[in-house]
Amino acid sequence: MSENVYYWHALNRALDEELAADDRVFVLGEDVGLYGGSYRVTEGLYAKYGEWRLRDTPISEGSFTGLGVGAALLGMRPVVEIMTINFALLALDAIINMAAKIPFMSGGQFPMPLVVRMPGGVARQLAAQHSQRLEQTLMNVPGLRIAVPATPQDAWWQLRQAIRSDEPVILLEHELLYFSKGALDTRAEAPPMHRARVHRQGRDLTIITYSRMLDLSLSAARQLAQKGIEAEVIDLRSLRPVDWATCKQSVDRTHRLLVVEEDSRFAGAGAEIVAGLSERCFFELDAPPDRVAAREMPIPFNATLEAASIPRPSDIVRAAENLCGIRSKQNPAKPAST
Amino acid sequence: MNRETMTAMLHDMLLARAFEERAAEEYSKGNIAGFLHLYPGEEAVAVGVLHACGPADYIVSTYREHVHALVRGIPANLIMAELFGKRDGCCHGMGGSMHLFDKSRRFMGGYAIVGETYPVATGIAYAIAMRELPEAVICFFGDGAVNQGTFHESLNMAALWHLPVLFVCENNHYQIGTEIHRHSAVAEVHKRACGYHIPARKIDGMDVLSVHQACSEALEQIHADNGPQFLEFETYRFRGHSMADPGSYRPRVEVQAFEKEDPITLAIRETLPV
Ligand SMILES: Cc1ncc(C[n+]2csc(CCOP(=O)(O)OP(=O)(O)O)c2C)c(N)n1
Ligand SMILES: [Mg+2]
Repeated sequence: MSENVYYWHALNRALDEELAADDRVFVLGEDVGLYGGSYRVTEGLYAKYGEWRLRDTPISEGSFTGLGVGAALLGMRPVVEIMTINFALLALDAIINMAAKIPFMSGGQFPMPLVVRMPGGVARQLAAQHSQRLEQTLMNVPGLRIAVPATPQDAWWQLRQAIRSDEPVILLEHELLYFSKGALDTRAEAPPMHRARVHRQGRDLTIITYSRMLDLSLSAARQLAQKGIEAEVIDLRSLRPVDWATCKQSVDRTHRLLVVEEDSRFAGAGAEIVAGLSERCFFELDAPPDRVAAREMPIPFNATLEAASIPRPSDIVRAAENLCGIRSKQNPAKPAST
Repeated sequence: MNRETMTAMLHDMLLARAFEERAAEEYSKGNIAGFLHLYPGEEAVAVGVLHACGPADYIVSTYREHVHALVRGIPANLIMAELFGKRDGCCHGMGGSMHLFDKSRRFMGGYAIVGETYPVATGIAYAIAMRELPEAVICFFGDGAVNQGTFHESLNMAALWHLPVLFVCENNHYQIGTEIHRHSAVAEVHKRACGYHIPARKIDGMDVLSVHQACSEALEQIHADNGPQFLEFETYRFRGHSMADPGSYRPRVEVQAFEKEDPITLAIRETLPV
């Protein structure tokens, strides 16, 4: 039985469920307690579970993330909320040098049941310092898992799976998704946390994307259908590991690959997806794979420029048409080489 | 202090010195590679502190941690095997000299990024406090490490939430080649803890008995639920920062003066009847 809920609410219910089920679970971060979380994700939980399990922290990202690592060494299951991903740069030592490496350096003595949640992406006119996307930075770190839920259903499933995982999991949530609604069936059985999902089937090209760009890709696919191009749209759901099998199966059938990402193009997530699938599907490809990505620049404050700096549905449509040989190979939206 | 503890401490100091000298020898022969930070001169700190704490307490240490691991009870051969990078080392050769871990002895790791021990120790203490267990965490760090942001962030949280951490500064006066007056505006390290209302004392770190006593008292306070405590031990390393460091930045007279205060000679004088 499915309900229609906000993305933030799905996360909130996932936390509630896990806090109730396991007293080793606790949440910490700035304003997660009394205030209820900047995106309402922890609303109501402080009153229910008390200050030790919903811990309001000082503005000390480096140390409270490291505190989560220390608690995880004792078998606790901390859920660290970094208020927004932009501040996670201050916590990278704890994430990359501690959480990702301790299980390995200790010769397997210490699992790392740590979750770090971070709202990110380009929202509405928050300017360059508050519009960061760090997936490429984190994807390059062996020892981490990265989940990127794009729907309330996945938010519910993946947060619960992350809390139950013995490996460190980074949950990249998108700031513009918190107040979008979608179906949630709390009884439905979850697919594995890293399994990609085919959201729309098509025979002409495969669009692979993640997080908020899923909505844009689906809208582009509807426009393409009116022009007679049937795009298959895949939501990766996980950036580390990547579900290559689901992606390959699709590309082997459509023979064309387009990756859509909100992060900038150079050395980004899309580069890895294109490289990985070129290795796996080289002889099946009918055209060079392409990427629609953000421009190589800090995000501008001006609303028009901001919108133009990240992919729009029209960019996706144009790139798909090019890929299918419908327009000339010249793509005016493409930035100069980096 | 009973005689048995004193003899046990002297034994561990001698074992520690012998272990480190042997490690240096193996390094020179090319049997150990990578970074190797040795502890001669500072033995009274590790030995005094670790003899004062109990098996239920947790230890978080730095990259200069062979002796902490040894005194905590990890067998010397397992540590040496780890320094050699062998499969039968305490971390199966995955960690090496700077990353010794032993879960069964609550030895929670050696951390090689300066300033990491504070948040890890604070997190362990959070987990202890949350479950109201009668345990404490010992957090080791050097004099150079107190200028890292995590020092202030973690002391603040430990004090704010009343966590059972004993912060232990091994003040050997140097941050590699930079003497403390050249790296710290306030060279009396313990005074910094006052900014967070954490009770702090400065102790002679060359005298194992003083170290043991100060640490026992601090742990008593922690176990009485009085929140974190802070101890600064003044000590000196007889060797370079690591095997790669000839130590040319230290005046000879300074090194010689400290060598006269060898903590092992002092412990022998205190332990054995004349
Ligand atoms: C964040 C960081 N910066 C620099 C280094 C390089 N480094 C290793 S040890 C050290 C000096 C640390 O001095 P101190 O804290 O006094 O400890 P000691 O080596 O004297 O025991 C430095 C600068 C490091 N490991 N981590
Ligand atoms: Mg020092």
